[in-house]
Amino acid sequence: MAEPMPVPDDSGEPGNVDTRPAAALRFEHAALAFGTRRLWSNLSLTVAPGEFLAVLGSNGSGKTSLLRVILGLQPLAAGSVTVAGEPPRRGSRHIGYVQQQRRIDPLTPLRARDLVGQGLDGHRWGPGWPSAGRRHRIEAALAAVDAAGYADQPVGLLSGGEQQRIRIAEALVADPALLLCDEPLLSLDLASQAAVTALIDRRRGASGTAVVFVTHEINPVLPYVDRVLYLANGQFRVGPIDEVLTSGTLSQLYGVPIEVVRSGGRILVAGVPDHPDHIHHDHAHAHVDHPDETGPDRAAGATGAAG
Amino acid sequence: MNEAGFWDSIFNFDNYGDLLALLHNSILAGAVLGLIGGLISTFVLMRDLPFAVHGISELSFAGASAALLLGVSVVAGAMAGSVLAALIIGTLGSRARDRNSLIGVLMPFGLGLGVLFLSLYKGRASNKFGLLTGQIVAIDAPQLGWLVGTSAVVLAVLLVIWRPLVFASTDRELAEARGVPVRALSPIFMLVLGLTVALAVQIIGALLVLSILVTPAAAAMRVTASPTRVWLLSMTFGFVSMVGGIMLALGSYVPISPYVTTISFGLYVVCRVIGAVRTRRGWTSVRDRQPAGGPTPAATGN
Repeated sequence: MAEPMPVPDDSGEPGNVDTRPAAALRFEHAALAFGTRRLWSNLSLTVAPGEFLAVLGSNGSGKTSLLRVILGLQPLAAGSVTVAGEPPRRGSRHIGYVQQQRRIDPLTPLRARDLVGQGLDGHRWGPGWPSAGRRHRIEAALAAVDAAGYADQPVGLLSGGEQQRIRIAEALVADPALLLCDEPLLSLDLASQAAVTALIDRRRGASGTAVVFVTHEINPVLPYVDRVLYLANGQFRVGPIDEVLTSGTLSQLYGVPIEVVRSGGRILVAGVPDHPDHIHHDHAHAHVDHPDETGPDRAAGATGAAG
Repeated sequence: MNEAGFWDSIFNFDNYGDLLALLHNSILAGAVLGLIGGLISTFVLMRDLPFAVHGISELSFAGASAALLLGVSVVAGAMAGSVLAALIIGTLGSRARDRNSLIGVLMPFGLGLGVLFLSLYKGRASNKFGLLTGQIVAIDAPQLGWLVGTSAVVLAVLLVIWRPLVFASTDRELAEARGVPVRALSPIFMLVLGLTVALAVQIIGALLVLSILVTPAAAAMRVTASPTRVWLLSMTFGFVSMVGGIMLALGSYVPISPYVTTISFGLYVVCRVIGAVRTRRGWTSVRDRQPAGGPTPAATGN
């Protein structure tokens, strides 16, 4: 098992990359609740520049809500959170955001380079004018994800793996301190999963961008993860994989016996109780979740590009 | 009617210069509508709103025919009807499925109201027919003023919300995360769309609005994915359809709308053929994609 980066401590000392603030992300005694239902509480966590934090947990444990808090779309019930030293707000320049792969309509009038450009200035008012500087930044971002070859292709005609590369370039083009990934590997084939995670890892090494990676499947990111945040039953555990993903820790979190098996460089977890309103999966197998991949907006009116 | 007479009634260029001078208001109106229609049609397609355009135009027709019956300004009636429809659709129909059923409910209601008002109206029959199929020859100077003024407002609003609107239309979730006011943009755009539909209803008629507010961008998007080129092409197509249609129709006895819709449709067919050939051959002329880059574009199209 590769352990490429030293696990940064929580003291907030600047690491090798000293142009960044001491912490890319910091939670202090944070709690999140919807009405009377408390998702998690007393969460204190500091993510250092360049650190790779994987966020795991069963459905409904508050993984997505955690991302919404960081994005400034959801207030905390208690405690505080800062992103690169500032309180989170909508449209923060410090955050790059990659979502799960969704199908892009084949007739979307955007090329790969235009999608990346939206990550740079898509939120600004006015029509925007081309400039050499903008063009260079977009091309550098495309080259960094090995996508320069299809910069001028319509995004709707790219494969799922290619689209996800472009989305990573889109998230990184504004040079954020923190990269948030919400199940970015879902519905990608294994080769694309490996390529996408390697690209994300390359970036944090080169620029010190911290990565918070929400996933239900640890194995594709196993070689890169520094620490794991495991959310379950209103509780959480933070630490290196070897401390958190153990039969003892998970059994304690869930309150039922859970078996963690390491086999051939993979981690298999068996016996995790599912959220009541969710169909039972056997977690011993690398399963695929059932997300609403194509919303009604995208499913409607999608005509074949071949004519 | 013999064959020569048939063609003569469709294409007739006698006294062309005089007619041109007489109808320069209409040509100006057509040019403005063609450009603004081509521009907004790209957003209509990006946001998947062609059906909404049709629904708004039927309520605009109801408003205009009510105005005709009451003897008040038809322009104001058309505006009131389409803005009301646009706001209802914009606020109640944020999800595609809700929106389509809502439009399906509103559209026959608007058309029914329009038919009622027109049957009660005792004025000239050509006024009635004109609201459905176009009455561009009847454009007078005050109407042209309204048209140009409203188009300027539409253009100004679109220029301001341009980038956030494109972002929200092509990648709603990410745009929201990046701080784009996605929810506020939707009614703003519907309002602007409503104004444009009201203009188009008076010129090419409620039934044919789609040919100028949907077809130009639908054609352009078949041949290019560069946003700038889509806008330029779409505005060119709108302009050519409108102005070309009026020019061809000048001396004939049939209304102008069929010329406009036919040119518009012809452009679409040509673009669709070009797009199909281009997709089959590979989108970019230089095939420099990596071998491991996945299936070819044509294979991922569906």
